[in-house]
Amino acid sequence: MQITLNINREECPLDLDPRTTLLDALRNHLGQCGTKKGCDHGQCGACTVIVNGRRINSCLTLACMHEGDEITTIEGLGAPGALSALQGAFVRYDGFQCGYCTSGQICSATAMLDELREGWPSHVTKDLTGEAALSDAEIAERMSGNLCRCSAYPNIVAAIREVAEGEG
Amino acid sequence: MTAHHKMDEPDRRNRLDAMAQGIVGVGMDRPDGPEKVSGRAVYAHDGQVKDMLHGVMVRATIAKGTLLGIDEEPVKALPGVRAVLHGPRFLRNPAQGAAGEAPVQGSAEIAYFGQPVALVVADTFEQARHGAQSLALRYDEAEATVAPGEAEAETPEDKQSATGDLDAAMRDAAFSVDRTYTTPPHNSAPMEPHAAIAEYRDGKFTVRASCQMVKYNLDELADSLGVDAADVHLLSPFVGGGFGSKLGISAEAVAAALAARELDRPVAVALSRPQVFEATMRRSETRQRFRLAADADGRLTGVGHEVLVSNLPGETFSEPATQATPFLYRGENRVIGHRIARVNRTCAGSVRAPGEAVGVTALEIAMDELAQAAGVDPVELRRRNIPEEDPSRGVPFSSHMLEAALDDGAERFGWSDRPKGGTRNGEWLIGCGMASSSRVNLLNDSAARVTMNRDGTALVETDMTDIGTGTYAILTQVAAEMLGLPPDRVETRLGDSDLPKGAGSGGSQGASSSASSVFLACERLRCEIAERAGCAEEALTLKDGHAISDNRQQPLAELLQEPLSAEGVIHPGDAESRVRQASFGAFFVEVGVSAVTGEARVRRMHGSFAAGRILNAKTARSQCLGGMTFGIGMALTEELMHDPRDGHIVNRDLAEYHVPVNADVPQLTVNLLEERDPWTNPVQAKGIGELAICGAGASIVNAIHDACGVRVRDLPATLDKILPGLPERAGREG
Repeated sequence: MQITLNINREECPLDLDPRTTLLDALRNHLGQCGTKKGCDHGQCGACTVIVNGRRINSCLTLACMHEGDEITTIEGLGAPGALSALQGAFVRYDGFQCGYCTSGQICSATAMLDELREGWPSHVTKDLTGEAALSDAEIAERMSGNLCRCSAYPNIVAAIREVAEGEG
Repeated sequence: MTAHHKMDEPDRRNRLDAMAQGIVGVGMDRPDGPEKVSGRAVYAHDGQVKDMLHGVMVRATIAKGTLLGIDEEPVKALPGVRAVLHGPRFLRNPAQGAAGEAPVQGSAEIAYFGQPVALVVADTFEQARHGAQSLALRYDEAEATVAPGEAEAETPEDKQSATGDLDAAMRDAAFSVDRTYTTPPHNSAPMEPHAAIAEYRDGKFTVRASCQMVKYNLDELADSLGVDAADVHLLSPFVGGGFGSKLGISAEAVAAALAARELDRPVAVALSRPQVFEATMRRSETRQRFRLAADADGRLTGVGHEVLVSNLPGETFSEPATQATPFLYRGENRVIGHRIARVNRTCAGSVRAPGEAVGVTALEIAMDELAQAAGVDPVELRRRNIPEEDPSRGVPFSSHMLEAALDDGAERFGWSDRPKGGTRNGEWLIGCGMASSSRVNLLNDSAARVTMNRDGTALVETDMTDIGTGTYAILTQVAAEMLGLPPDRVETRLGDSDLPKGAGSGGSQGASSSASSVFLACERLRCEIAERAGCAEEALTLKDGHAISDNRQQPLAELLQEPLSAEGVIHPGDAESRVRQASFGAFFVEVGVSAVTGEARVRRMHGSFAAGRILNAKTARSQCLGGMTFGIGMALTEELMHDPRDGHIVNRDLAEYHVPVNADVPQLTVNLLEERDPWTNPVQAKGIGELAICGAGASIVNAIHDACGVRVRDLPATLDKILPGLPERAGREG
């Protein structure tokens, strides 16, 4: 089927098998391989992209459901020489080792900070109607959908905290 | 120019300390970092090429038997399907680490549930997946053995040893422990599933794959395909984690290459996550009996460690769970026993720190039980049992940092001021535990080429890999240090089988072996530069692109009329047998055990480690964070479950096999101790990638005991094992 996806502010016409996930459309049809396939089951978060400002697992959604949506992938957040604040902080804090979960971690963290700013509560938020504090526990809880087997978790939390505090 | 060096004698020159650039050891950011955080790093399945086809592997759904037939025709008739492949060259299981030859091959004989037996290739991934799911297999099923406890066990003579009289030592002991500990199978679960893209042109294969040890993998792949290694080009510049599971070539790489040749088109094959669980490697479950005999002061007089592990028929690897037991603690009466049950389960192979990860963990739980029995502080008990020399081989230690790590860790954690075990905090019972850490230190043959250019840049080249371990950073730093260049003037190229053959990443020897080869190449270059500058190499200072000698300073470019290149090759030698080499460390942890549910959570955890010279403080710390977190998983959640009927892995995905998530891991602290071990290699670095898992789980299990009095001897320490033993009053308090 013929569809057009808006990826990183670029219109991308595609002719796809309707079974194609957004993840496989990005990787196998557009050659944008920054978004990673870790499990294809929505269990690891490596394929996280941002759709209309919300983070989603791109392996759990079909590409044909996203005509007209604004899709942002890791490639759209920054590039070597022009890294986003989070990307730079991940490098400085060593918020990764092998780097395979990193695209998903950074897309997830980018959208997560917006959720925090908008006052969304999480499982560890004490007061569901008040402001969520920027604690390590809040960051860790909200980032627990993104697995990292190298376990850079303490460094991921530190990198995100630095960027969030810098914005505060 | 090639400089060879064999480690027969200690190298006490500490040459890296005499250099002037000041970059080795610094916590420099990874040079590959910007590519990784921006999604530009090219992993195996990212190197997509024009006209590429997609392949999906098909698994056997019986545990043992013969594949009688495959109904190919209906699948070949599906839209987009190009081929259904199977046959004698398909791999039964991956090659074991450093095999350098094909593992058992062939689709016909099935040895475990999940064995990859066929490949469906189609124009798109969706078509190939549909074809693979539709493929019908016909079997002649045989009776399988899937339970290690019921299987026949081999007792290889060379894996048994005994000195003195352990039975007598146990009888005469003032305090003793005789307990059996069990650990379940584990999966490495790297975030990148095993994948390959293969091309075949003019009789030669180009394969991009996810490999830990390229020099061995090249030979394994060529042997599996039945071609000459010279006709295979293997590329693995970025590897999305390995932890042992990518030590040897695996089924998808061979299948992709066979398909590319058959169809004359590039073919990509990635294992699905369930296939990673079923068809790569598992760490064997272990059953470990420990006998510890001690005198009235808690000094060990005897140590017995007898293990039962398992593997497929015909596999040479067997989890070396007793590896550190012969040297970690004193005791003149010793028994080592090792049995291997032959089962029809997914192949057992290396998972991060094969041997010590589970062996030291069980030993360190037993030591905690001994400390309790003897009424001795657990740190003090370990201090009293540090041997003067390797008690089994009678050779000296190259360097011994266990006591320093124990003392440093205890102080930083605040061991003497720790909360009293069982202290109540809301629903949580608080407890603290500790454990020693040790991992044998290895060296492997490794080669690298370093080229200095006239523009003041240098290039480091080796087929060594960076699986997240920081190889790009540390080899850049060693070359920059030796050649007096800012690190941004040095480029490191890795993971290409056309480059000099490096050690590969496995067994924690990759950093020290490959860094030594770069050191040797640079030393050779320094000699050449010194000659041109008219001074001895020892009198030459290289810094910021300048050569300084006898109060003369000149730009390096003036000494180079053309690019200058040298190769360095390190070889293991007599140092291995003349001394016992090991890395050491200590873990300290505070846990909370819910008095309501029995859930255990790690509240804080500290590790102090000594691993020779630290080449990059930042990446070395990250390796330790990773190891400690593997320990958290091993202690609390990770358990591969085999169905007792057919051995299939029940929890074959990341929703059911529980690796630690961000919220499971507190802000871990790590301290790396200064050490120079001259016996190890010319850069005096030791293995660090696996050290921090060896015993980590024990510190948590010991802390759980301190918190609530429940001693878990069957890992992981899940709620069901803790809840029944909680103190009667615990649930009603608070």
